Amino acid sequence: MHRAQIKLCNELREISPHVKNMKQLEYVVLARRVSQIKEELRQGVRKPYKEVIDVSWGDPHRAGLKPLTFVRQVLSTCLYPELMNSNRLPADVRQRAQRLLGGCAGGSVGSYTATEGIPEIVHSVSEFITRRDGGVPSDPENIYISPGSQWALTNILNVLVNREASTRTGVLTPMPCHSATTLGIMGLGGVVVPYYLSEEQGWELQVEDLHQALESAKGVCNPVALYVINPGNPSGQVQSRKSMQEVIRFVSERRLFLLADEVYQDCIYGENSEFVSYKKVLTEMGPPLSDTVELASFHSASKGFMGECGLRGGYVELVNLDPAVLKYIKTLFSTDSCAPVLGQLALDLMMNPPQPGDPSYPLYDMETQHIRTTLVHNAKRAVSVLNSLQGFCCQPVEGGAFAFPRVYLPPKAIQKAKEVGMQPDTFYCIRLLEEAGLLFSAGCEYGQKEGTHHIRYNTTDEIKRYSKYSINKYHIKTVFSSGQIPAWLKISGQIQKDIKSNCAL
Amino acid sequence: FLQHVKASFGTLKPEAKNMSQQAVNGVSHRGKVLTLDSMNPNVKRVEYAVRGPIVQRAVQIEKELKEGVKKPFTEVIKANIGDAHAMGQKPITFLRQVLALCSYPELLEDNMFPEDAKKRARRILESCGGHSIGAYSASQGIECIRQDVARYIERRDGGIPSSPDNIYLSTGASDAIVTMLKLLVCGEGRSRTGVMISIPQYPLYSAALADLGAVQISYYLDEDKCWSLDVAELRRALNAARQHCNPRVLCIINPGNPTGQVQSRQCIEDVIRFAKEEHLFLMADEVYQDNVYAEGCKFHSFKKVLFEMGPEYSSTVEMASFHSTSKCYMGECGFRGGYMEVINMDPEVKAQLTKLVSVRLCPPVPGQALLDLVVNPPQPDEPSYTTFMKERTAVLAALAEKARLTEETFNTVPGITCNPVQGAMYTFPRITLPQKAIDKAKEEGQVPDMYYCMRLLEEEGICLVPGSGFGQREGTFHFRMTILPPTEKLKVVLQKIREFHLRFTQEFS
Repeated sequence: MHRAQIKLCNELREISPHVKNMKQLEYVVLARRVSQIKEELRQGVRKPYKEVIDVSWGDPHRAGLKPLTFVRQVLSTCLYPELMNSNRLPADVRQRAQRLLGGCAGGSVGSYTATEGIPEIVHSVSEFITRRDGGVPSDPENIYISPGSQWALTNILNVLVNREASTRTGVLTPMPCHSATTLGIMGLGGVVVPYYLSEEQGWELQVEDLHQALESAKGVCNPVALYVINPGNPSGQVQSRKSMQEVIRFVSERRLFLLADEVYQDCIYGENSEFVSYKKVLTEMGPPLSDTVELASFHSASKGFMGECGLRGGYVELVNLDPAVLKYIKTLFSTDSCAPVLGQLALDLMMNPPQPGDPSYPLYDMETQHIRTTLVHNAKRAVSVLNSLQGFCCQPVEGGAFAFPRVYLPPKAIQKAKEVGMQPDTFYCIRLLEEAGLLFSAGCEYGQKEGTHHIRYNTTDEIKRYSKYSINKYHIKTVFSSGQIPAWLKISGQIQKDIKSNCAL
Repeated sequence: FLQHVKASFGTLKPEAKNMSQQAVNGVSHRGKVLTLDSMNPNVKRVEYAVRGPIVQRAVQIEKELKEGVKKPFTEVIKANIGDAHAMGQKPITFLRQVLALCSYPELLEDNMFPEDAKKRARRILESCGGHSIGAYSASQGIECIRQDVARYIERRDGGIPSSPDNIYLSTGASDAIVTMLKLLVCGEGRSRTGVMISIPQYPLYSAALADLGAVQISYYLDEDKCWSLDVAELRRALNAARQHCNPRVLCIINPGNPTGQVQSRQCIEDVIRFAKEEHLFLMADEVYQDNVYAEGCKFHSFKKVLFEMGPEYSSTVEMASFHSTSKCYMGECGFRGGYMEVINMDPEVKAQLTKLVSVRLCPPVPGQALLDLVVNPPQPDEPSYTTFMKERTAVLAALAEKARLTEETFNTVPGITCNPVQGAMYTFPRITLPQKAIDKAKEEGQVPDMYYCMRLLEEEGICLVPGSGFGQREGTFHFRMTILPPTEKLKVVLQKIREFHLRFTQEFS
């Protein structure tokens, strides 16, 4: 069998138009070049850097964060219960593993579970929600554990997006927004209806922009839902209570289903920022809103202290849904059996960490404090470093895992990008990758106002890696500081003035 | 991005103005946004009998038992779902050792674990971001694991090359199956994609087709000939379907679920030939490939047969094969590990597939790690080999014995006929129901075999799935039972079903 491309008689030209309409990820172009560069480095090709530092993913462990010891000890014991028969692991680890295995059929994490998740864990989730929301009741019947939050979101969207209707279904989505959601909507045959976040106000969600979005949808599609992500990705903004109330009032008046993605709720850095859940705000607003606004809230074990993206553990809580519709949602979820059991266990460990007095508590406390300090420090440092670079303007990162600085690209650079058939910010990212070994992701991936360019940077990096990065940061600084700016990136005087006046430092 | 979003907006349709107006103005009447009327109508057509109403009743009964309610039985035996561990099958030691090491790498210093387990754990961790199974992997799956899967396929298929680029790791085989269908289903009205699937079938297929609004083209397996597949029947079904849809896909489950039949090599060749003649994309669900019990039966992978038929077929027929870590001797359903191999797929279409899988981010990494061990088991010169082989053989031997016992026992019951369980994990016997029972079922508003199974559940605490959940010829009735309970328990279950059936027949005579 030769490896050359064989011209095949191909019946497969016709595929789903919804899939064809999904935007190709810019990341694919960058990832390809990363593989090539890594190979070149392996072969000893000389470059101004020894390795590629990838700060484009929202992946805490990949960025250097360590898994929590207690979590991994319990998981390994659940996987291999022989570990319970010795004292090599602390007593509370063994007890927790025993309790969790008791909820597994046949005492094995290899068994299927109920569709909605292991009942004890579903209860843990509802208790967690109640505690978090200061006593607001949470019904376990309305909670479904899922393989990551994105899976649950896609399935709820599947119920909302009516492919058979003559008018396409629209979903209001923030601009910028992480691509898994927008691709998910398109893949289902839905229409992404963008509402622009206000960059100069720290990426604030302003209700006027929601009205504007609905206007733009007139005559084009039928909006049925509003997707909001708080804390934001990539925007890093944490919504104020007031803004959330406005959103709730808006969805109620405009008859929209509210999808609240809250996976970064544990990543709060701003001194004046506080996470409050949409469910809590909704409940506090009282009837009729609290009894009528239909809400799906999403959370997961992928972010925050846990960072266990690879385990695929998430959940959705459904509020005020029609019980008849809930029945169908349950059946739909059941066709995919259940969420991976390790992901379910990770959720339980997230909701029920060691308590003071438990043998594992001191280490757990130390590790989480360290993570918290690191995340806060790194987010602040990232913003200040980025803002100190010529040509960058970065809004404060109040929460989440990313900074989304605006990059001023001179007309020559934009022209060059056009010539090579790339989006300007993708072109910028490729050049940054080539010259500094740093991989950011391009702003066009997430949506941005016409004529603006951004890059997304993961602020989670561990201090150790970060100091390695500092060397490279210095490299960017030297590359871009006056006198050494590459000709194609020289920034005009007017733009420098803009930077000074617009930047919220 | 804006341009693209603008381009994705459809053209103005007459109703659009009114419907958007509603959203813009806000209609003030009470009433939910998401109702039975406004929801995606396809979702309402989705059913999945394996976890359907009878299972919900079984769970309810378990709760009642826990609360001390008196019943003619002390436990509910859940013989409805192919979940080996739930029925007491033990995990394979080696697999769990490596996974524990991957999960908590400090254990690599511990001498309770053998060296071959540690070696594999280190290799897997090396391939993970941040050396953690908690990091996302590439959407297509960890590269070195895809390479291992490709090598496994090559070994299994006697050297026929397999490229890691054609391997997509997935969240169980289900994820990959649904993804392929999502990709392939298109067209409107008479040109809507038609997908051929067996009757009886594993209801994931019918559920996915309903959800996607695809046209299901049913082809009947021949119960009298041990559930074998006849190409003449495929042709009949296809020709009838061409009147109202555009048939493009042919799904086949081998070994079969729920029927357990293992297709002969000749049959597989015939199916491939048929797929080529009729320009059909073949989807070969092979998750039970290690579960083959009957004398004279052998698993032949579709890919191997395809390539042995020569380049006229091997370079043209487009196909996807599916496998998983949930069945065979591992039975690790809870890990949701699986993969598909795509063959002869157009590179442009492959690019679309890659795009589609990126939405779900990545398959669970522990499942990927587990799959790596399945395709890379201990070798004869490694310390874990003996124990591993012993455990594996024991599991498969027990299943074979239970398959035989089940068929034998059911065939002694007047009114139950059972085909040999050649493979997989289920038996799908045919039950004769008295007319009076059929009438009674109608009165109760239930399909006759559902009525039968519900009665069995209430009276004996045994949960099966009625044949109507899988599809069957009009006027026939079946149930699907797993052969997974431990042998002693299985004997009791078989006995109870026999007694129930005789009682039931007597009651409605």
